[in-house]
Amino acid sequence: MTAPLLSVQKLSTRFHTPRGVLTAVNEVSFDVRPGEIFGLVGESGSGKSVTLRSLTRLLPYGATIDGVVLWQGQDLVGMSDTAIRKVRGGQISMIFQEPMTALNPVLPIRVQITENLKAHTDLDSSGRAARARELLDIVGIPDAARRLDEYPHQFSGGMRQRAMIAIALASNPKLLLADEPTTALDVTIQDQILNLLLDLRDDLGMSVVFVTHDLGVVAATCDRMAVMYAGRIVETGTVTDVFRGPMHAYTRGLLGSIPRSGTERSMLLSIEGTPPGLASIPNGCAFHPRCVFASDICREKRPDLRPLGPDRAVACHHSDAVLAAGSVLA
Amino acid sequence: MPLTEFIVRRLLQLIPTLIFILIVVFVLVRLLPGDPTSAILGDRGTDADIARINRQLGIDQPIWVQFWLFVKSVMSLDFGNSIVLKRPVTELIAQRLPITVALTLLAALISVLLAVPLAFVAALRRDKLADNAIRGAFQVGLSMPVFYLGLILLTVFGARLHWFPVGGYGDTFFDRLYHLILPATTLALSLSAILMRNLRAAIIGVVDAEYVSFARAKGLAPRLILIRHVLRNALISTVTLFGLSIGTLLGGAVITETVFAIPGAGRLMVDSIYGRDYPVVQGLTIALAVLVSVTFLLTDLLQAYLDPRVAR
Ligand SMILES: Nc1ncnc2c1ncn2[C@@H]1O[C@H](COP(=O)(O)OP(=O)(O)O)[C@@H](O)[C@H]1O
Ligand SMILES: [Mg+2]
Repeated sequence: MTAPLLSVQKLSTRFHTPRGVLTAVNEVSFDVRPGEIFGLVGESGSGKSVTLRSLTRLLPYGATIDGVVLWQGQDLVGMSDTAIRKVRGGQISMIFQEPMTALNPVLPIRVQITENLKAHTDLDSSGRAARARELLDIVGIPDAARRLDEYPHQFSGGMRQRAMIAIALASNPKLLLADEPTTALDVTIQDQILNLLLDLRDDLGMSVVFVTHDLGVVAATCDRMAVMYAGRIVETGTVTDVFRGPMHAYTRGLLGSIPRSGTERSMLLSIEGTPPGLASIPNGCAFHPRCVFASDICREKRPDLRPLGPDRAVACHHSDAVLAAGSVLA
Repeated sequence: MPLTEFIVRRLLQLIPTLIFILIVVFVLVRLLPGDPTSAILGDRGTDADIARINRQLGIDQPIWVQFWLFVKSVMSLDFGNSIVLKRPVTELIAQRLPITVALTLLAALISVLLAVPLAFVAALRRDKLADNAIRGAFQVGLSMPVFYLGLILLTVFGARLHWFPVGGYGDTFFDRLYHLILPATTLALSLSAILMRNLRAAIIGVVDAEYVSFARAKGLAPRLILIRHVLRNALISTVTLFGLSIGTLLGGAVITETVFAIPGAGRLMVDSIYGRDYPVVQGLTIALAVLVSVTFLLTDLLQAYLDPRVAR
């Protein structure tokens, strides 16, 4: 097995609010290997975005991060502000859900690409201009020379997302953090962007952490996955293994909610109830109030994330029963 | 819409504005109490004198002819002669208006220099001590009338400390600038309070924007993020407010010039209204209205420059 590119160990992120300390990410651990697409799934509010932003410490002022994020032998959590700026955008890039709000509305695309190049490469201004054109070509934006001088509002939704990807790729990052990059797009455009990301992974050999609440998207793109609930990872494994035999009742429920046709967005409606707020996470297993397999032990003792093989782990007292119940997809 | 088209279109919009200004001034002057003929002649005029002056002023003509004559003379920058000072109005305006413009520009500059850095400090130290101190101080400044504030500054920095002259207007450029600093500061304080509050709110809105996160995710230096991404976006709404405030600033200049005994257009306007010097009132009103329209035009252009969504 190859050494991981990124190793996240017991990552916890807390927000210090007037109403108390909220733990949005709780002892999350996972590895990302070279060239793989790692999916992070869960309902809205489960802590996916906070996890992703914690990796390069892109959190609002006042949030605290504990644990270790190992990147090329260095811990990003303890790194100086100056040093982590070299990593951000240069080695680890990030793309966001809403390209309309993530692109600066008052700057032409050219500036938004070249400022990245200026921060991380030795290219002179003509070199940066050439690279900017090349990047638009790479992400499939036609007529690059002209479009570079246009502003985000002059691009369509799909083209905007391509532009954001071009900006993220500017300085040849080894890892791309993608936070629901296709959620705001309609289905055909969504497929185009997913295919683009797959191609880029193959051509550039980079790894991707792909955050989504859409298991259909995970099946189409990811190699391995982790399922998050209430700030913790509750199940992880290769996409094939998890889809074939979910071992956590929550994963099983999520899989049951993928629409059969595959054309409509999954709304994750098949699990009864709603996820808990951070201020009121239940004792024991956080999922037990919504779980059909729940018993007394689930209410009293929180299950540890038990490793079941090199790639597989689950945090459920009744994983055998869940596995035996079978995947709803099968 | 390309930028040049926007500029041309905006310039064309100036024409109806100017026509509207002319109509309003023409009507207003004729609605003022007392008529110019008796203002010129006083109580001593015979009927023949009155008829002669009326003919000279064109008041015996039908109203639309009067308006046409009025427009023609305004176009040739001829506003007639001052009744009181017995000099061409154009000459008076050319002499006094630049002083008011200088005062206003200096006040505008001071308010920006005060507002922008303080707004940054307040926004980035939101709800901390610095933020509350800045906001509290400006709240006090905002609730004080201009003339009162002027008198305080005058007493403290003029009469007590002798740092600045207590009034009047110098001869050389730097002397004049020196004379204008205290009145301009007086004028600037309330505007800077308004700008500061607006910009502070705008910065707070922008700092949490996704594109600022994206800029951080690119690994840019904090200072570059602050200037290029935060300030540029936050300024858009503040620039508009600033432009619209220039008219108010000109109005405030009238009071300030009186308090500090500065011989500007504001003083001239007040004196002319008291002296029923209609040609001067009329000429000054048009000049000030044109000035304000041009500021609005410049504001729009600046906004279009800052915000590509306006015109590109
Ligand atoms: N700045 C913040 N302050 C307080 N709570 C936050 C903040 N950002 C996110 N949260 C909370 O953290 C939890 C996880 O959020 P997030 O990671 O955005 O979820 P998602 O899985 O939908 O991406 C949510 O309950 C959210 O309300
Ligand atoms: Mg999210």
